[in-house]
Amino acid sequence: MTEREAPGGVETALRAAGLRPASLVAGLAAVVVAVTAGLTIGPVDLAAHRVAAQLLDGLPGVSLDSGLSDAHAAIVEQIRLPRVVLGLLVGATLSMSGAAYQGAFRNPLADPYLLGIAAGAGLGATIAITGNLGDGAGPFDPVPLAAFAGALVSVAVSYAAGHLGGRSTASLILAGIAVASFLTACQTYVLQANSDAFRQIFAWILGRIATSGWSEPALMLPYFVVTAAVVLRYRRALDVLAVGDEEAAALGLEPRRVRMIVVLAASLGAAAAVSVSGLIGFVGIIVPHTVRLAFGSSNRAVLPLSVLFGGAFMVLADLAARTALAPAELPIGVVTAFLGAPFFVLVLRTSRREIW
Amino acid sequence: MTAAVRVRALDVTLDGTHVLRGVDLAAAAGEWVNVIGPNGAGKTTLLRALLGLVPFDGEIEIDGLRGRTDKHRRAARARKLAYVPQTPVIPPGMLVADYVLLGRTPHRGVFAAETANDRRIAVEILERLDLGGFWERTVQSLSGGERQRAVLARALAQQADVLLLDEPTTALDLGHQQDVLELVEALRRERRLTVIATLHDLTLAARYGDRIAILAHGRVAETGPPTEVLTVQSIAAHFGATVRIVDDPEGPVIVPTAIAKNGDQP
Repeated sequence: MTEREAPGGVETALRAAGLRPASLVAGLAAVVVAVTAGLTIGPVDLAAHRVAAQLLDGLPGVSLDSGLSDAHAAIVEQIRLPRVVLGLLVGATLSMSGAAYQGAFRNPLADPYLLGIAAGAGLGATIAITGNLGDGAGPFDPVPLAAFAGALVSVAVSYAAGHLGGRSTASLILAGIAVASFLTACQTYVLQANSDAFRQIFAWILGRIATSGWSEPALMLPYFVVTAAVVLRYRRALDVLAVGDEEAAALGLEPRRVRMIVVLAASLGAAAAVSVSGLIGFVGIIVPHTVRLAFGSSNRAVLPLSVLFGGAFMVLADLAARTALAPAELPIGVVTAFLGAPFFVLVLRTSRREIW
Repeated sequence: MTAAVRVRALDVTLDGTHVLRGVDLAAAAGEWVNVIGPNGAGKTTLLRALLGLVPFDGEIEIDGLRGRTDKHRRAARARKLAYVPQTPVIPPGMLVADYVLLGRTPHRGVFAAETANDRRIAVEILERLDLGGFWERTVQSLSGGERQRAVLARALAQQADVLLLDEPTTALDLGHQQDVLELVEALRRERRLTVIATLHDLTLAARYGDRIAILAHGRVAETGPPTEVLTVQSIAAHFGATVRIVDDPEGPVIVPTAIAKNGDQP
């Protein structure tokens, strides 16, 4: 007993319950590895130190000679870097949104598409493509705008419908399923009437991290920032919500308000991610659960680590998508499931943690 | 004596069912009141109304805090009223330490991290409830008795003056039932807690606590000291049970009568 009661013994240890520095370092290391691989590997393999020098040279006040030719420098700065950044943003947003949905609904199967985001975005994109609403690039491309609008409408309708059928999380989830089915039916109808657009829509549905310069990352960044700011701010509230609405309310929380704010913020990010990169399944479920198995299930750790590991995972998946069958590209949704599923089973078998 | 909890003319209707009809109940500061009554009498609903979890008519006053006037009423209420639910939701993977720290939520605010003071309080309570060696375990991995103490520890971490216990002994064997109620009694004395508990076991309800309120058909049918309230007649009337009452120095012992076996006619 004498050793254990050393001053600050238990109290110091109690402090470490949330995000541990070692976990944070692991997450940052994963991002560094993924970004390095994403920038150096491709049809032209480039040395990591040259790429690093080239990027540092671009910073104000830094002047370094990377030794890369102009063409190679352009590959790094204009092709690979925007694509890596978009992968980070999309992967981080989808993972974080999935973790937030799982926490808010206390349901391990919840993912960012739970309230019909995929179906709403799919319908929006289908209408934009079949309606030939123009194919301008960048922020004013009507396909992402229509997908974004469709996703937000479906979340709003799900929320409204869920509140009509009582106020339990189950009624909200069921409303989401109903809305998704309805919108998918609408999409199928529009698709049948415009079968010539089939290929284009199918390609959109399978998802891709494709960029034309910096417009997509620039489009995605503000949504990522807003979603992260809100969701991460509510990480402790989600830990309180883990004891259920009734006990959380008895502890002074407003469970329904917390859930609504978190779900709406997560939906906004997911809708933006879907609109720039199509439907990329699996990431919002697999990354948060892997993080839980590896680092514990407190949302104080799961949410920030999902940002880091989600971003890293998406960059690596995109690397696989563009190199596996080069010069052809695999749809990224295929890669996330193909790489993610076996990896997840491996983690599931080796971890002794009980997460749900 | 000042009343820590005062309920006047409390009416609750849930899904068209009039569950509570004009309930009046008061508990003085430091008093332990056991609410007993048959299944469906409204015991849990009464606790839920006190917690502000169901809409109600009438008046509830907890330690000077009135039902619906305070703007930040949930957190304010949670600083005055701690709750041990009958079947607590145990979050998978949550450590005992984190679970007990949840009790500090109404003090720290939703967005703030726990302070050194919060941790000090959690550690003190963990050690007081003999959970000092368990803080690094998950709540899931605890035995029934340990788990009940962890839930109690979370409630104590709220540092509320009023403790609501909903059937705190239900899932426990006799020894652990006694342990929990002894612990509540000791804590009540140490911390001057007001305790309102619902209990199924009438003998335990008579043994622990100062006063009993019988809730039947949504009304407080009788209230008073155990020896006055727990009579053969009142138990027959409100529980539909045939019992004998054995006098014991520590309070009445309620013994059910096996009617068919003994050939007695009720």
